[in-house]
Amino acid sequence: MSTVRRGLEPLIPALRRFARALSRDAETADDLVQDTLVRALRAEHLFHGGELRTWLFTILLNLDRNRRRGLSRRPHLAVVEDVDPPAAPTSDGTGRDIQRGLAMLPAEQREVLLLVTLEGMSYREAADVQGVPIGTVMSRLSRARSALREHIDGERPQLRNVL
Amino acid sequence: MADSPVTEEELHAYADGALPADRVAAVESYLAASPLEAARVAQWRAQASAIRARFGAVAEEPIPERLQLDNVVLRASGLRRKIAAAAAVALIIGAAGGWFARDYFAAPPTGNQMARVLAEAALEAHRLYINEVRHPIEVRADEAHLLPWLSRRVGSAVRAPDLASEGLKLLGGRLLPGSRGPAALIMYEGAGGERITITCVRAASNDQSNFKWRQSGDVGALAWIESGLAFVVAGPAERDKLDRIARRVYAVYETPQSDRR
Repeated sequence: MSTVRRGLEPLIPALRRFARALSRDAETADDLVQDTLVRALRAEHLFHGGELRTWLFTILLNLDRNRRRGLSRRPHLAVVEDVDPPAAPTSDGTGRDIQRGLAMLPAEQREVLLLVTLEGMSYREAADVQGVPIGTVMSRLSRARSALREHIDGERPQLRNVL
Repeated sequence: MADSPVTEEELHAYADGALPADRVAAVESYLAASPLEAARVAQWRAQASAIRARFGAVAEEPIPERLQLDNVVLRASGLRRKIAAAAAVALIIGAAGGWFARDYFAAPPTGNQMARVLAEAALEAHRLYINEVRHPIEVRADEAHLLPWLSRRVGSAVRAPDLASEGLKLLGGRLLPGSRGPAALIMYEGAGGERITITCVRAASNDQSNFKWRQSGDVGALAWIESGLAFVVAGPAERDKLDRIARRVYAVYETPQSDRR
């Protein structure tokens, strides 16, 4: 078994957690993780050491961006879609608040906040995952936190002296 | 260094537990002197705990089967065939439906003829979708609406017999378009990864046939038409096993209510 394969397995729970927070829908999230793993396995010859976790999260974010752009929409040529919407997941009050707050953040801010708080990544790692300088991570994090604060406090967004 | 002014970055690092030890005292005394800033940092921490409380448990869930590494490894090779497979199946099932449509223009084919044609079509569908490893099915077996959904679309009760005695587990199902209306394809998987599909589509109301066997390479299919429904059971070309499965399918459609799981 290759290094990549051995390293992938213990990362699957964290990838699922992160994907779930990103996409909110369990099915979509697991699709994202599956695509990430498939892509990593196909490209394992491209991985020459380094942080496997960072690499996987980078793949996942790229796939998620593609998904949101609708570029990776699956062909439904031969498949008739069900019209019934899936049942909404139940959630408690606070969970819903934070979920709604996350949903209204710009994607890059949501990504940074989740990488740091949910995945416990260092700012350096988050910067590597997003492929941006560490300063960009810091300003995204700062903006995410202010926006979330305003959202959860029910305040209207207002100008603030940030940084 | 310990005396330099506290920056916004350091406040975040402090909230995230990432602040170098030699700066902790400076940040803490700064926060002690600025209640507004301290409240801000406390809120960031509360946000982080709310996020972890909401999503943290996902990592404790059992990994779904399709995300288990062995399955993903198997799947990693099949993705490219997907588009071709989907298009081909649409064509083939459409062609079988086209055959059905001919009974309006020429001598109507007998039930046996149709069963043969359907068997060939389903054999191809089977071959394509069992290799379709990433999305072999559209709705998973554990979703309660699988059978009601397929039944509604096919326009007749679709059932999924319990094939545990054959070592087969229901994976789920999907719809394929046909010119006589949608066909339901349900898929089972054995311990060795072998897949069996049952295709079910409406036939003209009084069509009837006996079991027709078709084999193509290592894949075989049994087709028959009964009470206005055409069935095809396809899988590895083991005639005896497919015979047994076909009889189970036949039986489950003869027995009302047996699809309630």
